[in-house]
Amino acid sequence: MITIKFIQPDGSEKLVSAMNGRSLMEAAQGAGVVGIVAECGGSAACATCHVVLPQEVFDRLGAPEEHEEDMLDFADAPRQTCSRLSCQVRVTPDMDGIIVRVPTA
Amino acid sequence: MKQIVIIGAGQAGLSCAAKLRADGFEGEITLIGNEKDAPYQRPPLSKAYLLGNLDAERLLLRPLTWYDQHQVDLRTGVAVATIDRAGKAVTLSDGKSLSYDALVLATGAEARPLPEDLLGGRSGVHTIRDRSDIEMMRPELDAAQSVLVIGGGYIGLEMAAVARGLGLGVNVVEAAPALLGRVACRETAAAIAELHEERGVRLHIGQGVTELTGETQVTGARLADGTEISADVVIVGIGAAPRTALAEAAGLDIANGILVDATGRTSDPAIYAAGDCACYRLPDGDLRLESVGNAIDTGEVVAGSILESGAGYTPKPWFWSDQFDLKLQIAGRAQPGDMIVVRISTIGARSHWYYRDGVLAAIDALNSPRAYQVGRKLILDGLTPDPGAIADPHRPIKDIFNETRAALFAR
Ligand SMILES: Cc1cc2nc3c(=O)[nH]c(=O)nc-3n(C[C@H](O)[C@H](O)[C@H](O)COP(=O)(O)OP(=O)(O)OC[C@H]3O[C@@H](n4cnc5c(N)ncnc54)[C@H](O)[C@@H]3O)c2cc1C
Ligand code: FES
Repeated sequence: MITIKFIQPDGSEKLVSAMNGRSLMEAAQGAGVVGIVAECGGSAACATCHVVLPQEVFDRLGAPEEHEEDMLDFADAPRQTCSRLSCQVRVTPDMDGIIVRVPTA
Repeated sequence: MKQIVIIGAGQAGLSCAAKLRADGFEGEITLIGNEKDAPYQRPPLSKAYLLGNLDAERLLLRPLTWYDQHQVDLRTGVAVATIDRAGKAVTLSDGKSLSYDALVLATGAEARPLPEDLLGGRSGVHTIRDRSDIEMMRPELDAAQSVLVIGGGYIGLEMAAVARGLGLGVNVVEAAPALLGRVACRETAAAIAELHEERGVRLHIGQGVTELTGETQVTGARLADGTEISADVVIVGIGAAPRTALAEAAGLDIANGILVDATGRTSDPAIYAAGDCACYRLPDGDLRLESVGNAIDTGEVVAGSILESGAGYTPKPWFWSDQFDLKLQIAGRAQPGDMIVVRISTIGARSHWYYRDGVLAAIDALNSPRAYQVGRKLILDGLTPDPGAIADPHRPIKDIFNETRAALFAR
């Protein structure tokens, strides 16, 4: 079991169990994390799944694809150094215990 | 307010239930759906799911455990048969009845079938709305060599792209003079037509189907100009109609959908409607949208109205469509007659900006996520970029965005 802590826009925390190989968005949406609307269901078309990762996780993942980069540049919550679209991030066992922030628009 | 009953366990029904709980409603919520499945995403049905790239479980909007955890009484495989407005109760197809303090109609829309005289009882002809429609079609598709798609709208074109991806021969017939009917401008329709033709889809635009061929099993179709097309499977994508029968039988007001005001309330103050089935009467006209974003937004609007905490509905129309390697993103509401400004970013990446009376009304972005995001934000803020700047590929979109916003604050 991979457990990830989401910090919701109002500052409250939610512990979410995530499945290896699924997207971070699916874990958050399934648990009803506030602020992860995920309207497009993972097509990288809506940016309503914007999260901020811990620096070391962000670094490990490698650069996002250009389409994601462009969506993030104009996301409703301003882009931060470690911003990602959570639907484009695959959950791996080494993510157990990490803290992911949902930014405020 | 103790008991809320939601009819229709789809995107809008779930959104309403989730928002009620998120906003602290502690009474009973019953979510009733006549499909077998718990609420799931429909868009992948004509995309990844049809390709076979996604398990059914991954379509679910929430895992099944969510409903227990949030005390949402989800009843699937049962339909609401009647609404008794005077007694504030509904009867179900399993004979049970349920009383409500507030009732939400989130019954969605249904795919328009081919007229019966064309269809003539033939098998091998499919409309797509539910997951079960895909399951029914899949074995036929697996055995097929060729597919005919009737209707050049988004769903039909997505299905055509997937069928090509599966290696099938694909014909698309569209009776109107262009693809995507009234919703897209000529420039968008032409770019999409070109993409499909490049990928080997044969398009027949401006051609109606005059008859289907085959005795009991469809073998193809004949078009108005005499062209004969053979096909093992026919997919019908000629639009959808709002499911209003239940509301109509209950005597609620109906327009192009179940008529509601800006708070989502029908002509009965205890009954609300959200999603594809609802027609919102707003100051600037009636609005019925068929999109995920709208289903989520209106589901939440209704929750807010029931709890008397909501601000009502401000439409934020947007849509996406994936065809081959094209990512199309659309924001705003286009109308025939809008002036179109074309912005070409790089090869294969372009956006079409719709101006109406000098005001930016909509944008279609083809593989242009930056243009989409900027256009969407400007439309929401009621801002209009200079058309000359938009048409100039050397002007970075970010600068145009900043200048347009700065002009507002300078006013
Ligand atoms: C193939 C396909 C592709 C799509 N692609 C996109 C896309 O790319 N982007 C986008 O934004 N939108 C897309 N859409 C549209 C989007 O899926 C719909 O707008 C959305 O699902 C509407 O949600 P809803 O809750 O209003 O209706 P639905 O999701 O249709 O849910 C309504 C539910 O109510 C049930 N119901 C009806 N009557 C009763 C009754 N009397 N008793 C019990 N249950 C009842 C129905 O069976 C259904 O399960 C697509 C739709 C389809 C079919
Ligand atoms: S879910 Fe839409 S961009 Fe991630």
